[in-house]
Amino acid sequence: MKARHLLTTIGMAALMLSSGAAYAQNKMTVGFSQVGSESGWRAAETKVSKIEAEKRGIDLKISDAQQKQENQIRAVRSFIAQGVDAILLAPVVATGWDAVLKEAKEAKIPVVLLDRSIETKDESLYLTAVTSDTVYEGKVAGEWLAKETGGKCNVVELQGTVGSSPAINRKKGFDQVVAANPGMKIIRTQSGDFTRTKGKEVMESFIKAEGGGKNICAVYAHNDDMAIGAIQAIKEAGLKPGKDIKVVSIDAVPDIFKAMGDGEANVTVELTPNMAGPALDALTAYKKNGTMPKKWIQTESKVYTPETAKAEYEKRKELY
Amino acid sequence: MSGMMQVSSARTLPKGLPQLAALLVVLLVNWLVFRDFFAVRLQDGRLFGSLIDVLNRGAPVAILALGMTLVIATRGIDLSVGAVMAIAGATAATLTAQGYPLPAALAAAAGVGLACGLWNGILVAILEIQPFVATLILMVAGRGFAQLIAEGQIITFVSEGFAAIGGGSFLMLPMPVVIALAMLIVTHFVIRYTALGLFIEATGANVRSSAYAGIGTKVVTIAVYMWCSLCAAIAGLIVTADIRGADANNAGLWLELDAILAVVVGGTSLFGGRFSLGLSVVGALIIQAMNTGILLSGFPPEYNLIVKAIVVLAVLLAQTPVLSGLRFIWRAKA
Repeated sequence: MKARHLLTTIGMAALMLSSGAAYAQNKMTVGFSQVGSESGWRAAETKVSKIEAEKRGIDLKISDAQQKQENQIRAVRSFIAQGVDAILLAPVVATGWDAVLKEAKEAKIPVVLLDRSIETKDESLYLTAVTSDTVYEGKVAGEWLAKETGGKCNVVELQGTVGSSPAINRKKGFDQVVAANPGMKIIRTQSGDFTRTKGKEVMESFIKAEGGGKNICAVYAHNDDMAIGAIQAIKEAGLKPGKDIKVVSIDAVPDIFKAMGDGEANVTVELTPNMAGPALDALTAYKKNGTMPKKWIQTESKVYTPETAKAEYEKRKELY
Repeated sequence: MSGMMQVSSARTLPKGLPQLAALLVVLLVNWLVFRDFFAVRLQDGRLFGSLIDVLNRGAPVAILALGMTLVIATRGIDLSVGAVMAIAGATAATLTAQGYPLPAALAAAAGVGLACGLWNGILVAILEIQPFVATLILMVAGRGFAQLIAEGQIITFVSEGFAAIGGGSFLMLPMPVVIALAMLIVTHFVIRYTALGLFIEATGANVRSSAYAGIGTKVVTIAVYMWCSLCAAIAGLIVTADIRGADANNAGLWLELDAILAVVVGGTSLFGGRFSLGLSVVGALIIQAMNTGILLSGFPPEYNLIVKAIVVLAVLLAQTPVLSGLRFIWRAKA
């Protein structure tokens, strides 16, 4: 009995000491509920978040939800119970967050949404959302192609997973450019499920359906992985990717820079994995001076072309 | 009397007729939506055309279907083949990227596949867990394993030898088609030229009486699951070689369902017993011919799954005993 008592006391003392130490350094503790690790981009986002937190001397606690909302809700609740200073949430779905966000609000813990937004009637439930504008990404990709080809181009499109929001929006943005350029046409569009295998299979059929690829001026892929699959299909059909058929895609993962370095891809629009950086900056400013950030912090959608491919590849390969 | 004769002929349609007819219909529809469907030319020393695409893209599911047929014939099911594909692909790609020679990488992938099959087989045969649940474990956990091996990334490699498994050719045929054909022939000979095929059918029809008759049903069951996982590992190597990279998140995703569908479309009953390897391969080709047809047709992608569902339903309906019964009534009246 006595021994257990002693242990509890020691434990509590240790706990107080450690929290005291944290207080002394004025170190901010932030909980990050990550979706999971379903893609290379996601893994990079987690890695970058750790680096960005370290840079700012913030203690980042990451919880992996394995693509399940209930795990994320549980993680947010446990962050509240631990009394963290702020919470980062990369929501797996758009709805069903109101209850748990209300709990966070009552505990006066600000929540910042990362890379996806949510649907809620009460926008005061979160401090801000750091996301890219996926419609804009599609538009930037389209504008590059319109400029490159003088507004005359027959495009085949590899869509993302049917019904997913990046697929819908990246199509929408690109379609805006097509509508503004009468010489531009989307002659074929199909889903490649955001994967290399499907991207390759769909491109194979497109090439056959369009006179062995002669009618195709460019392929626009909603992500780099499908573009990488398409590049292989173009090569196997005896054509030169990047020259006979231009390759335009979005995401800026390392492998597309490798392809660009080899002259097989033409352009990619970056979806930056650094969502945590701007989020932590906004949080720090809010905590220090009470500055309310904008409700939406839009990340930059940079365009990358082969000129910088080699350097960008070296920069990125460690992150992914 | 003559009526009776007609009845018996209506009752015993030649085996495989519905499947072959369905394949023919799908191919014809493909030709209608895309007139160059049957056009085949030579490109870089290999055949090139939509028909070849159907064979090439259908090969992984056809190989899966071979193993799945045997498992289903024992009244089992293997939901883990997609995950095993991912594990085998990640294993081979990681080893190749680290500089191991090709034979070592391939042997390791095959070994990992056999180990997965042994695990499934032990759960089903020795611990007598229902196959659906037993293989569900590996279906879920296996993809996690693959992600661990690949560390959440797409592992790319530079090895012309490995890439040739997916993109190479032999006698002008794409390598995946050659591998699928070889697997069909090997499986057929092992099964039909030994008593193994009979043992498998007996085990599926009635485990207990087979055991009483002296068949080592447990050994047969474990062997069948190991063969199925080996097939999955080979299919995994093909899809990995095809994109020159192992995508642990997506390799083989949902392909277990396509494989089961191919077997069922091929006419093997989920209740075990008689099976046909050849018709399962035809089933796989029907599925792929549909996929390729949809891609060529220019249909909006939102309709893909609906079109597929309707065709599958039609093929399955053509095989149901109830419809055969209707035909029998109709014939009798006539």
